[in-house]
Amino acid sequence: MSKLAQVEISPAMSAAEEISAYMAEQEKKSLLRFLTCGSVDDGKSTLIGRLLYDTKLIFEDQLAALTNDSRKHGTNGEDIDFALLVDGLEAEREQGITIDVAYRFFSTPKRKFIVADTPGHEQYTRNMATGASTADLAIVLVDARQGILRQTRRHSFIASLLGIRNIVLAVNKIDLVDYSQDIFDAIVADYQAFASKLGFNTIQAIPLSARFGDNVIGPSANLPWYKGPALLQHLENVPLDSADAARPFRFPVQFVNRPNLDFRGFAGTIASGTVSPGDEVVVAKSGKSSRVKRIVTWDGDLEKASEGQAVTIVLDDEIEVSRGNMLVAPEARPEVADQFAAHLVWFAEHALIPGRSYILRTETDQVTATVTDLKHRIDINTFAEVAAKSLDLNEVGVCNISTQEPIAFDSYKSNRSTGSFILIDRLTNATVGAGMIDFALRRASNVHWQALDVDKASRAAQKDQKPAVLWFTGLSGSGKSTIANLVEKRLSSLGKHTYILDGDNVRHGLNRDLGFTEEDRVENIRRVGEVAKLMVDAGLIVLVSFISPFVTERRMVRELLSDGEFMEIFVDTPFEECARRDPKGLYAKALRGEIKNFTGVDSPYEPPENPELHLKTVGRTTEELASEVEKLLTEHGIIFNYDQSSWSI
Amino acid sequence: MTKNLTHLQRLEAEAIHIFREVAATFSNPVMLYSIGKDSSVMLHLAMKAFYPAKPPFPFLHVDSKWKFKEMIAFRDSEAQRLGFDLLVHSNQEGIEQGISPFEHGSNTHTHIMKTVALRQALDKYGFDAAFGGARRDEEKSRAKERIFSFRNAQHSWDPKNQRPEMWKIYNTRVAKGESIRVFPISNWTELDIWQYIMQEEIPIVPLYFSASRPVVERDGMLIMRDDERMKMLPGEVLQEKMVRFRTLGCYPLTGAVESDAATLPEIVSEMLVSRTSERQGRMIDKDEAGSMEKKKREGYF
Repeated sequence: MSKLAQVEISPAMSAAEEISAYMAEQEKKSLLRFLTCGSVDDGKSTLIGRLLYDTKLIFEDQLAALTNDSRKHGTNGEDIDFALLVDGLEAEREQGITIDVAYRFFSTPKRKFIVADTPGHEQYTRNMATGASTADLAIVLVDARQGILRQTRRHSFIASLLGIRNIVLAVNKIDLVDYSQDIFDAIVADYQAFASKLGFNTIQAIPLSARFGDNVIGPSANLPWYKGPALLQHLENVPLDSADAARPFRFPVQFVNRPNLDFRGFAGTIASGTVSPGDEVVVAKSGKSSRVKRIVTWDGDLEKASEGQAVTIVLDDEIEVSRGNMLVAPEARPEVADQFAAHLVWFAEHALIPGRSYILRTETDQVTATVTDLKHRIDINTFAEVAAKSLDLNEVGVCNISTQEPIAFDSYKSNRSTGSFILIDRLTNATVGAGMIDFALRRASNVHWQALDVDKASRAAQKDQKPAVLWFTGLSGSGKSTIANLVEKRLSSLGKHTYILDGDNVRHGLNRDLGFTEEDRVENIRRVGEVAKLMVDAGLIVLVSFISPFVTERRMVRELLSDGEFMEIFVDTPFEECARRDPKGLYAKALRGEIKNFTGVDSPYEPPENPELHLKTVGRTTEELASEVEKLLTEHGIIFNYDQSSWSI
Repeated sequence: MTKNLTHLQRLEAEAIHIFREVAATFSNPVMLYSIGKDSSVMLHLAMKAFYPAKPPFPFLHVDSKWKFKEMIAFRDSEAQRLGFDLLVHSNQEGIEQGISPFEHGSNTHTHIMKTVALRQALDKYGFDAAFGGARRDEEKSRAKERIFSFRNAQHSWDPKNQRPEMWKIYNTRVAKGESIRVFPISNWTELDIWQYIMQEEIPIVPLYFSASRPVVERDGMLIMRDDERMKMLPGEVLQEKMVRFRTLGCYPLTGAVESDAATLPEIVSEMLVSRTSERQGRMIDKDEAGSMEKKKREGYF
């Protein structure tokens, strides 16, 4: 059957007329994006291969290559292995599994389809989430012989979490259980029992055999007891959630287009609602309002633009709008807050740690953010809320997030585009998590900063000094406290107002509730960073002597302070030397395994990349090292015009 | 869900969004311009994305020196018509060594004159993002690639460790030396491309249309003799045939198809009843198993 047969063509039509008729037909089609998921070996790739094959989307040269490949890698003996059609990566073909999402395209006379074929192995859950984030429907495959497995639940949960409301429960390999209705019914009952909590609008269960084509594109004679639609029939007819015209206008600004002084337009894609010239719009973050003057496109100005269109909006007056902000309907504004609650899926090998700072990105905005409170983890099997201190790879949790600047957003439930974000690791730039915003925390707007009349500058002026943080980092026993102690004595003798925050001392008081796990170390530094900031605000020169093993947290503290206030001093003493000195006898214990999570032994130390000062201590006296610190302070204008001779104590 | 837009309008909006995202977040992007029909569509989309401004990045053509003459002429006339900033780079060492697909085979030629040449150009200009016109329906390893596809400092792709790509939120962050390849028309099919070319009246290289051309049958493919560098082998005959090309690359590596389709509707009509995929005419996909993935890992698109 040629694809042209989908359109009625009268013999009198010319080629050009035939094609325009065909094109017109194409234009009317709706688009359904769906994904296939389920446990490994449930036959996802085989099902898609079968759909493509049966809808005549496989070309002769691809079929020839497939026949060839089936002999080499196939798992079906002499038969064609359809999975090889979609498993495109070498490693996938060799191992016979799917690693990453593959996107496939096919169409029928009724609809166009974009299929995300997602991997079943648990370690590739993040790839499944990638496929789900843009899908309207999910086909959850189950092997009739295996029934509901851990991955079936996990994938159904993630599909639900990402806002998919239509499910097809495809009970595959039904041929291998003698087309048994009892087995099918039992699996459907099992599935419905747990899926009832997931808020799906439709669940269509279909018994099928991807390998032999039963119930894939048409009904099967082997399944006379099944009265429902075949898979393709269902995909063609399932109602799509149509765009709700009543949703308020949201326009995240991507790019300010300013080719010359006469034109200033805001480019972006309309996330929801509609807009016309003359409409009043509000800039979400500033609350300033303006009117739409023009909606500019290459094809001419538009009278109206709606959800999904990429346009350039020109406003009546020159109000401040930049990338990351949003133009919105004045009567229904988004939240603007710096604290909110969200569901989070974790993608990285390295666990999520509350208190650590990440880069948060929404569709167009980017800010620094930390998870301030991990409320609980969600057990994927029971959907129970479990207390947790961190989130591991592929885990889902509910948390509070705090951002350095307020962002504009809606809840994910009301808007997938303006309610979603990703978290990025600051060092590796890897995408480590994806979040769906639940609601703004009112605290954000209720805790206002108290404006104070006496400010940092006046307090510093009174003390005749420039406040700063000298952050000494290095292994235990490297000499941080010894050097800091001498520097403080010398500063004090110059009449400077100082304070030392020492790791051991702080752990006796402020941080006595914290241990030495990675999570606690992060929180330890966060608190000390905030205390140091308050002291700088009070006008002090603060000397902080903390192992502070992680680059990310040291950077977080640096960013808490103003430019030039934070000076990182790397006290660089080799591990062997520290272990030899062992002033507190800790290394000996750690090496015997009596202390857990000891930096340098079984917990890592990440040396600074660009410290303001790098002190190599071996072979040098404390006095020499302290003098180097003083030189740094002079260079930075923290102390001035000192007379070297008056410094010897 | 967007119900009022047609399929093509949705694809167009998605591509424009991606173009703008790159312009807004990278310091030195470039568009790789290969002169084929997909590049023509990309060029058109880039013009739309930044209208009334011009695209805020240059267009780079990696010239293997074996492209069809008509392609080069088309490239230069398009650059003049639309006024975009065109950069052309060739691997000079390859030229000096006289690398030829006839003598050194498609593998060596593609590696030296395309893969290495592309890496040279990216390093030379220090581009941190490069647009490509690859589509997911073209080839199996492409079906697995992200729209924003990360490349390490050696320009290689790690298919097993791709960044998750959620919603329309693209992670555009790279460290020094690293870069991202960006594929705005990932979700377009061959049919979508032709439909869009018709709808928007986008100029394409005349080689896509059937005409009488001098061809030689070699290794089961019809190769057009575009210049005298192609030597005739014993037993080969140069014949004039009505042929056209479904994809364009280096002329010795690109097979023609016999066809009478001389207009866009005729081409689409022919494509709809075709039983072979467009990449069938490409030798580089087949010279080894898993071969496109291998080339991508080495830095070929």
